[in-house]
Amino acid sequence: MKRYDLIIVGAGPSGLSAAIEAAKRGLEVVVFDENEKPGGQLFKQIHKFFGSKEHKAKVRGFVIGEELLQEAADAGVKVVLNATVIGMYLDKEIVVRIDDEVHHYKGDSIIIATGAAENMVTFEGWNLPGVIGAGAAQTMMNLHGVKPGEKILMLGSGNVGLVVSFQLMQCGCDVVALVDAAPRVGGYGVHAAKVARTGVPFYLSHTIVKAEGEDHVTGVTIAEVDEHFQFVPGTEKHFDVDTICLAVGLSPMSQLLKMAGCEMEDNPKRGGQVPICDEYGETSIKGIFVAGDVSGIEEASSAMIEGRIAGIAAAHYLGYMDDNELKQKVAEQEKALDGLRQGMFAPKNRGKLIEKTEEGIDISMNLLKKGYIADDEIERYPGVTHRAGIHPVMECTQNIPCNPCQDACPKHCIKIGEKITSLPAVDENVDCIGCGMCVASCSGQAIFLVDETYEPGYATVTLPYEFLPLPEVGEKGYGMSRSGEKVCDAEVVSVKTAKAFDHTNLLTIKVPADMAMKARFYRRGEA
Amino acid sequence: MSSRIQEHPILGEQQKGKMVTFTCDGQELQGYEGEPIAAALKAAGVMVHRYTKKEHKPRGIFCAIGRCTDCVMIVDGKPNVRTCVTPLKAGMKVQTQYGVSDQPFEKQN
Repeated sequence: MKRYDLIIVGAGPSGLSAAIEAAKRGLEVVVFDENEKPGGQLFKQIHKFFGSKEHKAKVRGFVIGEELLQEAADAGVKVVLNATVIGMYLDKEIVVRIDDEVHHYKGDSIIIATGAAENMVTFEGWNLPGVIGAGAAQTMMNLHGVKPGEKILMLGSGNVGLVVSFQLMQCGCDVVALVDAAPRVGGYGVHAAKVARTGVPFYLSHTIVKAEGEDHVTGVTIAEVDEHFQFVPGTEKHFDVDTICLAVGLSPMSQLLKMAGCEMEDNPKRGGQVPICDEYGETSIKGIFVAGDVSGIEEASSAMIEGRIAGIAAAHYLGYMDDNELKQKVAEQEKALDGLRQGMFAPKNRGKLIEKTEEGIDISMNLLKKGYIADDEIERYPGVTHRAGIHPVMECTQNIPCNPCQDACPKHCIKIGEKITSLPAVDENVDCIGCGMCVASCSGQAIFLVDETYEPGYATVTLPYEFLPLPEVGEKGYGMSRSGEKVCDAEVVSVKTAKAFDHTNLLTIKVPADMAMKARFYRRGEA
Repeated sequence: MSSRIQEHPILGEQQKGKMVTFTCDGQELQGYEGEPIAAALKAAGVMVHRYTKKEHKPRGIFCAIGRCTDCVMIVDGKPNVRTCVTPLKAGMKVQTQYGVSDQPFEKQN
């Protein structure tokens, strides 16, 4: 039986991060992963991540994945793929299925970083071909280049449902509706807003009655639900769709921990059955650690930091570093982790209705109920100002841990300050040069450049645009409102693409002056 | 209409290697070598991978990462192969799975 200093189960963001930290300190580390490729779900994430520079904010998930693989290779981490860990026992022994053989290994320490599995909900027809997980949609379109469907209904308004809806549209699918039984949008308002302004209707307090079709999905019926989640008769709506995507949460894959005898708890704030662990991720069994979604559902950025902490802690456990070094190294990581766990979407606030921002401004209820900010709500936020000439309008209205816009502006006209969750504000004493770096750097696509005095009677709006085909200068189409309705004619006056924008193109449209604060998306005219 | 994404605004053009031929229930189909069998089937418009043993209900891709086993088929004579995580090879013989058999229910006793 082969023995390792450290065995890690799962080569996703947290497992690889843990392996890097441990290998750097001289531990003999092996990572087992059941998949054909390492990286877990990171390579499906094609959107720009949130956070600050230390969290790799504004870098797209798959690029972070590539960097992580390189770092692991440089540290000499050994990853065994197509290797399913099927058992773990008290004495830190594991059994692994590789091809059709079962192998037995012993670790002096073990880190479980198995991640999470998608939840599902049942309704009539839920198991028809064409009903798929949102993760499956991401896998098919972003890894394998195949559209999951043509006309799609998304169930779930958490960040996964919102982000995947947007990605479906990016690869050319039509998202006909976004539905959630909850009365409020669960994910970031900025993710909801970028979906809503393309014209996707949001149905909150609605859920699926049935999926229709004989051999595969051909339609879906939804209906409103009351406060007890019971259908309200007479509220049914039908959509012709070929695909239904379920984005209804994730559950930790903690079975190995339970099997080994780690103390577990059922904790809804952490997503279900999770091990009881300390701040280093150490479970009730000394030397068995956890990191990432298996210890509580969050996202990839925090999973990577948790992984690093667990890797450092395992090195300490085996005597590769002293107590002082442990404390110092973990403190650095904890600081980064705390940054991500701030704001209204922090794990501690899960399920709470927050009605005011940290600045004391009312949260847009329209954003929570319909996915977009109403015209009479937008002016109250500090990022939304007016002045002659071009200037940024930041429709960032919730306290989320993210600040790349502050560093993006070469003139420093955007201020967030020390607190990473603060709403961005415009420094009115500094002139905007219209470079658009803030527009491209906003992971939430919530920054626009507006020139209310472009020409007599006309204004321009510069917006982030990540769709194909890319409109051309001179082309005429429509200005779309935040709710995705045609509000005016629009002419494309500039299309900017630059390496620094990382595939976020800047589209400038000319609209009637009174639409400067209303037009937030562009749709081509029908040919 | 092909469900292959030709050009993607973020990921650019698909780089997928060699196109190979395989069969599904005897019909010749094309797919890229090394991609999951399920991706090639989806691109070819095949939605039903199997029918359940007891109620004979159709099943297709659900999780696409090898967890749920909804997409299993008979591949080169071997039943219960998870098509979403099994790489496509030239000449593969893929068959709809009825229960655990390659024979439609009316032909099973």
